[in-house]
Amino acid sequence: MNPESLARSLAQHPFCKDLTQAQVEFLAGCAKNARYDAGEYLVREGSLADALFLVRSGSVAIESHIPGRGSVKVDTLGPGDIIGWSVLLPPFRWHLDARALAATVVFCLDANCLRGKVQADHSFGYAFTLQLLAAASQRLTHARLQQLDVYKAELR
Amino acid sequence: MDIWLLPRARLGELIATLRARGYDVVAPTPRDGAIVYDTIESDADLPIGLGDEQSPGRYRMVARGDDAVFGYAVGPTSFKRNFHLPAERLYRVEREGGALRFVPEPVAARKVALLGARGCDLSALRSLDRVLQGDRYRDERYAARRSDVVLIAVHCGTPSASCFCTSMGTGPRASGPWDLALTELTTGQHRFIVETGSAMGLTLVRELGLQAAGTLDKIHAAKVPIAAAERITRRLETDALGARLAQNLDHPRFAKVAERCLACTNCTQVCPTCFCTTVEDHTELDGSAAERHRRWDSCFDLEFSYIHGGPVRPSVRARYRQWLTHKLSSWHEQFGSSGCVGCGRCITWCPVGIDITEEAREVGSPRKAEKTT
Amino acid sequence: MTDALLLESMTIVRVRRETSDTFTFDLDARPRGGFRFAPGQFNMLYAFGLGEVPISISGDPLKPAVLTHTIRAVGPTTRALEALKKGDPVGVRGPFGTPWPVDQALGKDVIVVAGGIGLAPLRPAIYSMLSRRQVFGKLCIAYGARTPADILYDKEIEKWRGRIDVDLEVTVDRGDPDWRGHTGVVTGLLRRFELDAERTVAMLCGPEVMMRFAARELESLGVPAACIYLSMERNMKCGVGSCGHCQLGPSFVCKDGPVYPLTKVEPLMSVREL
Repeated sequence: MNPESLARSLAQHPFCKDLTQAQVEFLAGCAKNARYDAGEYLVREGSLADALFLVRSGSVAIESHIPGRGSVKVDTLGPGDIIGWSVLLPPFRWHLDARALAATVVFCLDANCLRGKVQADHSFGYAFTLQLLAAASQRLTHARLQQLDVYKAELR
Repeated sequence: MDIWLLPRARLGELIATLRARGYDVVAPTPRDGAIVYDTIESDADLPIGLGDEQSPGRYRMVARGDDAVFGYAVGPTSFKRNFHLPAERLYRVEREGGALRFVPEPVAARKVALLGARGCDLSALRSLDRVLQGDRYRDERYAARRSDVVLIAVHCGTPSASCFCTSMGTGPRASGPWDLALTELTTGQHRFIVETGSAMGLTLVRELGLQAAGTLDKIHAAKVPIAAAERITRRLETDALGARLAQNLDHPRFAKVAERCLACTNCTQVCPTCFCTTVEDHTELDGSAAERHRRWDSCFDLEFSYIHGGPVRPSVRARYRQWLTHKLSSWHEQFGSSGCVGCGRCITWCPVGIDITEEAREVGSPRKAEKTT
Repeated sequence: MTDALLLESMTIVRVRRETSDTFTFDLDARPRGGFRFAPGQFNMLYAFGLGEVPISISGDPLKPAVLTHTIRAVGPTTRALEALKKGDPVGVRGPFGTPWPVDQALGKDVIVVAGGIGLAPLRPAIYSMLSRRQVFGKLCIAYGARTPADILYDKEIEKWRGRIDVDLEVTVDRGDPDWRGHTGVVTGLLRRFELDAERTVAMLCGPEVMMRFAARELESLGVPAACIYLSMERNMKCGVGSCGHCQLGPSFVCKDGPVYPLTKVEPLMSVREL
């Protein structure tokens, strides 16, 4: 895919909806397409966080491996979601596993490239970080609601 | 409207006339150190020469030193209990074949004359009528009991220190509809000045053969509730009160009053407009039949707001707020009037003397500007 | 005028176990000439000698011969109802309360957001819309349950999922190793539906906190607050606004609700212990 068409399709992703065209093009410099088959891991807990994924299609489970319980899903993500909202934060390690539940197509943004661009252009960096913050905020809100365990029966 | 003279000595005839017409006469009567409303047989049952002293958390029945029969304010009971019973069986449930049979408890036909109802009492009854036989819902049991009622009001000349009917627009003069309204005059010849407000009232007056009242008596009578109004010092500013309370649901005053409130439910029991009920079920020991009973309930009871998981209002703060805002705010939206008639019962009978007017004033007044940083 | 508190006896014709604590029973409404109700309304169900509970009607409004309720056994009365079998009698009175705005949704996209047993009161609305599917825009259903074992009506859900004119997503708060579907809260699903947000009617039912989160998410997606409807739960006892128990601010949930537009309840939901 040539850079122009990559930028064009990247601009369609909700993560980029508040970025300017120039910023999307700038971002596209770090992007490539990637595809994962069902069952394939996008990332493994503890490994180097070398990418930010923007999910285009498919489904990805965020999991943690608990000895004795196996892989426990904490979230499933799909089109429009991102994986790796902490990409700018040291120590640049993945906290959880991400595994494709179905054939999944993503934009894969190189982490080193992103960090370089954020440093080089603070105005881009601000817009980009704001998108990460929005994603993190939403994820946190959902996690809190999940933690409330609202459907649990209170026996009396 | 014609105005009549009823000598004190003939008050008993009014009662006898009503009784002869099949009415239970429910009127003030002294019992257990308080003046309550209950069925009386003659004027001898009235609280002759008795008065009361009331203040927040305090009630004393006292001798007046004269022979007045309506010389007190309202006591712990209201006329509510005659129509909206404190407890009643709704129906029996029987197992019959493979089905349940629900047998409604018949409502005993009872003609009632309320004698000595104050303006606040009548206002409260009108309020209850809107709740229990308004256009959206009709409680058949209440409606049946309310269907043949003679109202004999007394224009109040003896408010207590708890009263604030002047703020609520419900007294001391009793606004109609009533059948008869009496004003008691004790100076000179002990007598009542009688106004008629209905055909039934006129019939009673004719049956008794009352004489027209003199001009001077009419003037004296008119002054009684005016003088009473002047003695009422408790005030509640009702202007936009409902909205002011609704905007302050998280007012810190609620937490403060909750430190005193015992959630004892006294205020809701004595309130002449509180209408909440719950239903209780009983089963016969052999399990063949069951009964459903309705009784007064109180929003101060923890169980009142129970949903699966727990009560919606676990704190006393929230329960007091529910009561106060229901009376003074949401009642307007629900039933088109205030739920408070200013009778002061909740103030007098609160064991810790919580004063609804004071709480409403605090919650409903603008808070000091909050610190902005 | 009839006595709103008087129950009638109806016979159970079918009992189904839905989950470990939830069951559905059908009552025979034929002897009384059918039981008509609007989706979203509830009945008071009476267990002999124990008392009444408010239970939403969960059956098909177009099949008035059976009256269906899905009940979660969480207290003495619901546990007594749970113990009943086919042929046993139940006391019933109703229907009470306000319905889902199905007719207001004509020509519009619809999103149904259900959590836990909150799917039960929404099912009649889903039936109603499916019976005349062509007069609505998109029909999206987002359903969240605690675990895969807590999912109600699973066979029916699979049927709906198979329809090309229904977008349905189910998620669970806690998956198990066999669970292939979404994990996470139901609010996380909402962005996945391609709705014409400004012309969408949303119907929400579930725990109050779930509805608050979901309503906020829908608003952020552009669904007008006036088009978001919620079904509230309070202590409904009489069903006609006379016992006072179910008050939520100035309204009686039993007669002014349980279904409210967000614009009406949002200010009330933000007050604690109201």
